[in-house]
Amino acid sequence: MLLIPCPWCGPRDESEFQYGGEAHKKRPADPAAADDRAWGQYLYHGHNPKGLYLERWRHAAGCRRWFNVARDTVSHEIVEVYAAGDLPRDAAARAVHAANWRRAEEDG
Amino acid sequence: MARRQPFRLAEGGAIDRRREVHFTFNGRRYKGHPGDTLASALLANGVHFIGRSFKYHRPRGIVAAGAEEPNALVQLGTGVRTEPNIRATEIALYDGLVAASQNVWPSLHFDAAALNQVFAGLFPAGFYYKTFMWPASQWPRYEWLIRRIAGLGQAPPGRDPDRYEKMHGHADLLIVGGGVAGLAAARAAAATGARIILAEEGADFGGQTLADGDQRIDGLPAADWVAATVAQLEAAPEVTLLRRTQVTAYHDHNYLTAVERVTDHLAGPPAHLPRQRLWKMRARQVVLATGAIERPLVFADNDRPGVMLAGAVRAYIRRHAVLPGREVVIFTNNDDAYRTALAVDDAGAKVAAIVDARPSPAGPLVAAARARGLPIHAGHVVVETRGRARVKGCAIMKLAADGQSVNGVARPINCDCIAMSGGWTPSVHLFSQSRGTLDWDADLAAFVPGTSRAEESSAGAAAGVFDLAEIAKQAARVGIERARASGHKGRPPAAPKAEASAEAPLMAIWQVPTSRRRAKRFVDFQNDVTAADIALAAREGYQSVEHVKRYTTTGMGTDQGRTSNVNALALLAAARDAEIPAVGTTTFRPPLAPVPIGAYAGRAVGPLFEPVRTTPMDAWQRAHGAAFEHVGQWMRAWYYPRAGETMAQAVARECRAARNTVGLLDASTLGKIDVKGPDAAEFLNRVYTNNWLKLPVGRARYGLMLGDDGMVKDDGVTARLAENHFHMTTTTGGAAAVLDWLEEWLQTEWPDLRVYLTSVTEQWAVASICGPKARDVLARLTDDIDLSPEALPHMAVTAGTVAGLPARVFRVSFTGELSFEINVPSRHGPALWTALMAAGAAFDITPYGTETMHVLRAEKGFIIVGQETDGSVSPNDLGMDWIVSKTKADFIGKRGLARADLARGGRKQLVGLLASDPAVVLPEGAQIVEAVTPQPPMAMIGHVTSSYHSVTCGRSIALALVADGRARIGETVSLPLADKTLTAEVTAPQFFDPEGARLDG
Ligand SMILES: [Zn+2]
Repeated sequence: MLLIPCPWCGPRDESEFQYGGEAHKKRPADPAAADDRAWGQYLYHGHNPKGLYLERWRHAAGCRRWFNVARDTVSHEIVEVYAAGDLPRDAAARAVHAANWRRAEEDG
Repeated sequence: MARRQPFRLAEGGAIDRRREVHFTFNGRRYKGHPGDTLASALLANGVHFIGRSFKYHRPRGIVAAGAEEPNALVQLGTGVRTEPNIRATEIALYDGLVAASQNVWPSLHFDAAALNQVFAGLFPAGFYYKTFMWPASQWPRYEWLIRRIAGLGQAPPGRDPDRYEKMHGHADLLIVGGGVAGLAAARAAAATGARIILAEEGADFGGQTLADGDQRIDGLPAADWVAATVAQLEAAPEVTLLRRTQVTAYHDHNYLTAVERVTDHLAGPPAHLPRQRLWKMRARQVVLATGAIERPLVFADNDRPGVMLAGAVRAYIRRHAVLPGREVVIFTNNDDAYRTALAVDDAGAKVAAIVDARPSPAGPLVAAARARGLPIHAGHVVVETRGRARVKGCAIMKLAADGQSVNGVARPINCDCIAMSGGWTPSVHLFSQSRGTLDWDADLAAFVPGTSRAEESSAGAAAGVFDLAEIAKQAARVGIERARASGHKGRPPAAPKAEASAEAPLMAIWQVPTSRRRAKRFVDFQNDVTAADIALAAREGYQSVEHVKRYTTTGMGTDQGRTSNVNALALLAAARDAEIPAVGTTTFRPPLAPVPIGAYAGRAVGPLFEPVRTTPMDAWQRAHGAAFEHVGQWMRAWYYPRAGETMAQAVARECRAARNTVGLLDASTLGKIDVKGPDAAEFLNRVYTNNWLKLPVGRARYGLMLGDDGMVKDDGVTARLAENHFHMTTTTGGAAAVLDWLEEWLQTEWPDLRVYLTSVTEQWAVASICGPKARDVLARLTDDIDLSPEALPHMAVTAGTVAGLPARVFRVSFTGELSFEINVPSRHGPALWTALMAAGAAFDITPYGTETMHVLRAEKGFIIVGQETDGSVSPNDLGMDWIVSKTKADFIGKRGLARADLARGGRKQLVGLLASDPAVVLPEGAQIVEAVTPQPPMAMIGHVTSSYHSVTCGRSIALALVADGRARIGETVSLPLADKTLTAEVTAPQFFDPEGARLDG
């Protein structure tokens, strides 16, 4: 069971949390303008790396807040937690964000 | 009558000779002493033959003295407390203990399946796959036979009467294992003030010194040092010592679980204690001082009762004052087994031979044995054993220089015990579970911990350190390192000092040659896997150790191959002509040892298995004989049968009352979310499909929530109480999920919206009165609410006083009748309910339950999310386009609805179904086909979602999802069932008052 440092409540057992899938996915700003492919990407597709991953967790049995976690999917090491809407500060996590999401953000 | 104990030594051992303990094994009475295990007490009585092996049903005896025991599994206890597969070596003896052999049918000494030995050729590696799979039609017969002969023990016949508990442990440092290493680590770490939990799987601390006994630590006999150290730790305020506690799992982020056997060793446990405790421990740092396990030697017929691990023989002599044999042959490839020879000699038994595979053994232990004149046969091996239920003798031969063959003449030696040692394997199971990688240590011929992946260190024999002086030093260092890493400073005491003992290296010999071609050389005793099986698997092309494990079943027993793993790997490596490290290891998975399900369940059994939610009106409903049903976690009144009424009769009566006079429903379970904030209306406008910006204060609206894929997610009525304040209702089952869903959008997608969500489901009790007389009833209970249709029209909400209670009254209807939902603070629920029953008495007010509610709404064609929908149903599929805004720029699900797939023909649509026979209620879930063919498959075009008998319609009615259903209205479809085929007409999904004329009463 992971020990997840909630930014608001401190380290708590994984069983208090709800997993929320990949972080930094952005709902297209103008859904009507998104074609089926883009909408499908938003709804169903994500990255599935062996290594550092940026993901969302919610402290469901605590403060109910959503936040982001940079976690290594192999070692389960949690490199950083940061607020929803923020970017990671850790250099490796920033690199993952840049590789996966910068273009998507530029696109809109 | 219980017999005397012929193999009990006159003195020594950690047993209480003054007291006798009576126990029963296989129906015979025996005596032992407190301090015995079942295994040691059986050996004291000369009982070696404990059970039969899994495949060949060969006689098997006790091999080990601890948790690694592969053979001596027994059925412990009787009746509802019986438990199978318990290791006799771990059962503390208590008065009245009853145990029996398992894996024997019909009895231990006459075992029908021992004939398997005659047909042993039928049981090669992979025999399950090869022998029993064809023809498939015969599998049930094979299965019966396999289950009978495999003898996996008996499940208890009834409910477990014992109590189990869970404990959460929070430690700076968790130390696993209470031998010298664990104690030295704890002693060093305790000086820093770190909070320590030390878990020892046995009843006593001291580990290997309990068996070895003769060393000195810090000038004291080892046992005295152990006692002093335990006393010191017990007195330390931040140290918790757990005995009889086996750590079974090492999970991520240093989360470990353990089972504490609290009262298993007591004849009459005190009532206040649980049988076992499951510990869940999060430790900043971990020290694994789990010791080492001795390896058997793989020689011909090495499985006869009386063939034991050398360390175990020593342990029984020193710890339990029991002689496992009077004439003992020591068979070894290392120095350590000489300690057993010395112990046997000290106990006054005969060392018949020390058979040492090494050509020229030397070193202090060997010299000590020589000095006593014990017969040492250097460069020899045991090539065969004799005896059936007990070993009677063996033969030894000279090992050739290449180690692959033997030569010379076989020399017979009489013996009643063979103490074998193939070297010691560090117990790295928990280390492996922590994802640490293993290194091959050629000197030890074993894997040792390599690179750590978790915040832990191994100490002592678990780390591959075997010399006691080194163990004490290394473990103390590890203890202080880990304590410091957990954030504690402070000066540690000096490391304990013990005498060093020089040992010569072992000589790896993985498969002892034999002169007898057909002799079996067992690798895994529990699963009856031989060296030949592993060679065969390799010949058949199995390369991966994980595949060989499954194909031969080696290491797959309840002992997880503790004694067999390294031998099996080495044999596979030899067969593949590869190095052992290149073959790799199998994965050790939690739990390390079997854990009773009861320990996992803890107190969460019976009514505590899952919490039950009840409404404020629950007591009234129970007092009035309501039948209940589970709706999620809620218990809801299902119907209210009167004396002699069937469910159908009760539901019919309740339906008539709601349609003709007035009915009363407990709607308290409806999900309720308080939505507040300046942007509340904008928020609702985004999460519902229809328009919410212009909803006036005091009015309510039905809303449909979609996922962003366009599929229906939830529905409910939401009312505007004030400009920035809404009261949202959700389905009973969806309340929590909807709140989560809305919070997610607010926090992650629209953090700019100023909206605050609060669950108020349990804050309001809700009574729904419905029927033509509903207004008359309510009018008797309020004088400050104008109930006229003009003042309080359909879908209006107001606040006032009902029965003297502060209330919110919603005019909403889930039945098609005039209906009021009266909300009062939960504590007033019972008062409201009884007031309504009293005021309604003149109108024959009738309480109705969820079944009637379902019938009434189905007559009107109102959907229930989760019944008419399944996550793949769109508003259009339900015929509910009227609620989907065409003008809003966006809402959740709008883009999803625009997909071409949702506009195509052939989608399933909500329709009504009228069975051709009006007396027949179509089964819910029944598949609908266009045309019935004599044989499946038939093209299925839909299924029944809701189906009831409707007293209002005077016949059965049903709702269904049918492909292109709206175009099929008027057609007849078929529903093929197991024994007959029903037919039904497709209709519009409304059966009663389709124009809604009854809403105003
Ligand atoms: Zn929190």
